[in-house]
Amino acid sequence: MARKLLLTHIDVPGIQTFEVYRQKGGYRAVEKALKTLTPDDVVEEVKKSGLRGRGGAGFPTGMKWSFLAKPEGVPRYLVCNADESEPGTFKDRFLMTHIPHALIEGMIVSSYALGANTSYIYVRGEMMPQIRILERAIAEAKNAGFLGKNILGSGYDLELYVQPGGGAYICGEETALLESLEGKRGNPRIKPPFPAVSGLYNCPTVVNNVESIAATVPIINDGGEEYAKIGIERSTGTKLISAGGNINKPGVYEIELGLPVEEFIYSDEYCGGIAGGKRLKAVVAGGSSVPILPANLILKTLKGDSRLMTYESLADGGFQSGTMLGSGGFIVFDEDQCIVRNTWNFTRFYHHESCGQCSPCREGTGWMEKVLHKIEHGHGAFSDIDLLVDVSKKIEGNTICPLGDAAAWPVASAIRHFRDEFEWHVTHGQEAQTRNYGLAHYADPLEPVA
Amino acid sequence: MAEDVKFKVSIDGIPVEVAPGTTILNAARRIGGDIVPPAMCYYSKLQGSGGKCRTCLVKVTKGSEKDPRPMPKLVASCRTTVMDGMEVQNITSPEVIEARKGVVEMLLINHPLDCPICDQAGECHLQDLGYEHGLADTRYEFERRTFDRIDIGDKVQLHMTRCILCYRCVFVADQLTTKRVHGVLGRGDAAEISTYIEKAIDNEFSGNVIDVCPVGALTDKTFRFKNRVWFTKPVEAHRDCPSCSGKVTLWYKGDEVLRVTARKDEYGEVEDFICNTCRFDKKATSDWVIEGPRQVKRTSVISLNHYENPNPPAVIKKNLALQEANKEQFERMKQLL
Repeated sequence: MARKLLLTHIDVPGIQTFEVYRQKGGYRAVEKALKTLTPDDVVEEVKKSGLRGRGGAGFPTGMKWSFLAKPEGVPRYLVCNADESEPGTFKDRFLMTHIPHALIEGMIVSSYALGANTSYIYVRGEMMPQIRILERAIAEAKNAGFLGKNILGSGYDLELYVQPGGGAYICGEETALLESLEGKRGNPRIKPPFPAVSGLYNCPTVVNNVESIAATVPIINDGGEEYAKIGIERSTGTKLISAGGNINKPGVYEIELGLPVEEFIYSDEYCGGIAGGKRLKAVVAGGSSVPILPANLILKTLKGDSRLMTYESLADGGFQSGTMLGSGGFIVFDEDQCIVRNTWNFTRFYHHESCGQCSPCREGTGWMEKVLHKIEHGHGAFSDIDLLVDVSKKIEGNTICPLGDAAAWPVASAIRHFRDEFEWHVTHGQEAQTRNYGLAHYADPLEPVA
Repeated sequence: MAEDVKFKVSIDGIPVEVAPGTTILNAARRIGGDIVPPAMCYYSKLQGSGGKCRTCLVKVTKGSEKDPRPMPKLVASCRTTVMDGMEVQNITSPEVIEARKGVVEMLLINHPLDCPICDQAGECHLQDLGYEHGLADTRYEFERRTFDRIDIGDKVQLHMTRCILCYRCVFVADQLTTKRVHGVLGRGDAAEISTYIEKAIDNEFSGNVIDVCPVGALTDKTFRFKNRVWFTKPVEAHRDCPSCSGKVTLWYKGDEVLRVTARKDEYGEVEDFICNTCRFDKKATSDWVIEGPRQVKRTSVISLNHYENPNPPAVIKKNLALQEANKEQFERMKQLL
């Protein structure tokens, strides 16, 4: 049985409430940090742990914290990014619903480390139940003296606020989130300046994902070095994976980084294999934004090594034959799924969620969606496939924020790995309306990799 | 630090020294000529503008003297400040040209291309940009986005169909006028500039949104469909105005002043913003002190009917010996530009 750090007490009845969470050893990290550690010690522990941002980019959290500018007389802010809206990712919602106090505790520890006296949890607007749960949890923590003035007699003050967003995917981008938090239109800012220098209300700000913040609790409890023992290389600790798609047991799993992908999909402890005994066709390993990989490439890298659930192993081979761990939205496709339809669906999402600020993303996402719609509905031409590749290249890297890249990668990778299927949609337009393409001969995991 | 610290920067191999904090685009404008990246949304007079249209993307091949690593992505030159020793490629980088072509294509796919009936034609930045960087043909075969025209105030008409969402007019409303009543509604390719439930913009400086608009989305209702700009003759004039500088350009057709605009520099940016009284109400020659004909850039279609062609033929331009021989003619040309 793999070690669990975040979801240890997930099955305890009433873990949502302060009493039960406290009984199970909750808020020990706050006591330890505020009574025995200086803020710099906490930052040092997080650095030692090797924790990397769990929101998608995988930037080392300790390093991000150490970049925070600390000018005299200017407040600093910690903002928790709970605007989780990536298709396929639902781990933060799960954490906030079932163990809200893990997030609150992490917020207190992290705010203390950064010297922030006001912190915000920016929650996606659609998550009303989670907002109520968090607000209740904050009230409970405040009653118990873990929030407010002079916490545990340490002289440290912290006010924690929950801010519902308007329900826009783009507000998950940190600078758009800050704009939205300030009450403006959620358009990403042009960087530099980075939020660590000029963020919320032009003050130094750190924006972290829910899971990253919750992970600081076990790091402080057990020490950074202990945390770093889990996982391999630069991927340390545990990670929540939201597994979905055609598997027997969809849900949120806490895994130790370094778990082989094959074991994750097929073992009964996790996904439990492909539903209905079908064959694996493709996997989107880290939420809709990352490149899709066919079965042969997700189980083994091009070099023939077994692919592991780590930042490095999933990215092995670059975008030619690799993908990204991303936010951990693990979507599994069986042999009966249509990649063209799926790509169109993803692109429709990005088209809908583009903020419209910069031209390549605003116009390009809509264009790609229309072309994919045309191909999917049997009216495509061969030139449309090349057009899609070209448009995705024109978007990628040329936009203000990563949404442009996120829209371009799924399209580019789907065509790279499943070109046959796109071409079949062009040549067999009518037939494609009634049946799916199935597995490509080269993507069968039973075939030896070339 | 001494005030006269200058950063050495090279753009397309041409060195220039600029003050710290200058953007790459402004450093390039110091050099001038072909290496200046085009800008559709950046406006030097409007704080916070730029970074949106992505036409000014450039490649930074050397970050600075201290950290010579190149920047991983193309950067928006209008919002990236220079570092000492920075090396930038604009028209010498095939990657930049390719990306720019892409951006121009994206800007045009939902543009109606109704230039023959558009008042902006002839002084439209998108027209120039499309001509310089775009393809002759379109690869976009779907229905284009359209909006209804709305009147924002009795003098300004908004035709969103032509808009490229540069946000310049939003910045004007924010920074020049006291009460902002218009902004961006919606998002993605459904985003539109609008006023709150078609409320009129009622402000002494609101007319400037017309001047900053790079395309024909915001037009002067007192000039709409009156004439093509290249048939009108620009004349510089001023008047003693209590609320603005009073320095304007009058656009004549015969003896009649068809419209009044602010004076624009070679990058299409106004020199001084003007008030609505000067712009919309003072349309008689007797209201103004005439300074003389406005010098319009030779390449502009507006100069088409007004000047003789002193430009030496291309063959002379390329030949150094011939250039020397035709020195006088070159000097004359420079004065006219």
